[in-house]
Amino acid sequence: MHEMSLAEGIRQIVIEQARAHGFSRVKSLRLEIGRFAGVEKPALEFAFDVVMRGSPAEGAALEMLDLPGRARCFDCMKLVEIDDRLAPCPLCGSGKLLPEGGDEMRIKDMEVI
Amino acid sequence: MPGLSQARLIEVETSILSKNDALAQGNRRVLKALQVLALNLVSSPGSGKTTLLCETIKALGDAPLAVIEGDQQTSADADRIRHTGARAIQINTGKGCHLDAQMVGHAIDDLMPAPQSYLFIENVGNLVCPAAFDLGEDAKVAILSVTEGEDKPLKYPDMFTAAQVAILNKLDLAPHTDADLDAYEANLLRVNPGLTIFRLSARTGEGMGPWLDWLRGRLADKRAPR
Repeated sequence: MHEMSLAEGIRQIVIEQARAHGFSRVKSLRLEIGRFAGVEKPALEFAFDVVMRGSPAEGAALEMLDLPGRARCFDCMKLVEIDDRLAPCPLCGSGKLLPEGGDEMRIKDMEVI
Repeated sequence: MPGLSQARLIEVETSILSKNDALAQGNRRVLKALQVLALNLVSSPGSGKTTLLCETIKALGDAPLAVIEGDQQTSADADRIRHTGARAIQINTGKGCHLDAQMVGHAIDDLMPAPQSYLFIENVGNLVCPAAFDLGEDAKVAILSVTEGEDKPLKYPDMFTAAQVAILNKLDLAPHTDADLDAYEANLLRVNPGLTIFRLSARTGEGMGPWLDWLRGRLADKRAPR
């Protein structure tokens, strides 16, 4: 997938934050990744290590937190949590669900020095 | 003080793709001011995107339009488009697997789309990565050919969820294969119940009418926003 591009996005944000908050090193960084974001975590970990070299986040510990997948059921019109995109509605069993969340990919916070 | 950790926590709460998303919004503002209908055409390689585009351009006649072509290598597709008389710009992404908002922004600057025109953005043939990258388009149009297999929407749900329109292309080949067109549609609607679906053959022209009507209607909506 595009984990390399994602890592480059993280690097840009780290550099901007370092400038704004005046820190020199990131000890750890936490990401929130939605279940439907399509992020391959081992690939992102690998890309993170490579792409952060020479940035304040070089060698930083990376933690990824899962966010649930949410979808609107077209039949019962309820907002439900599902584990994968094609799972049926847990309330009414309908297969017509439109994801309404769970595609998040964001930096939650960073521990910096 | 020695021995005391100086570490502090910074709440960031920023989307990893925030830079791309901001650039995409910039593109969207420019295109909206010009009343341009921008469509991001996505599919696997070989679904017939470029042929569909060429035939669409011919059928739209003298309607003003421009094309941004994305491929890893070669200007073959932009050459094919220019052959129809349309203005086209080729972006080679090199190793990149998708177009991003920055590349498209530069291409828009170069192309300077006419007011009230169509802008077709043909993304890199890839059913995965382009789903996540907003380019500032009005809609993603996913193209699927009848030889690819009914299960493609289920295997690559991200792309078909991100799209507003799905085109089932190469309809002329359907009788020669085991393709079950209703199964294609059912699977498309299973991953995205809101999809508008067109069945057509860009090669023979069968089914092109409703797709062209949809395009004309969306462009007219730009003129008189509801």
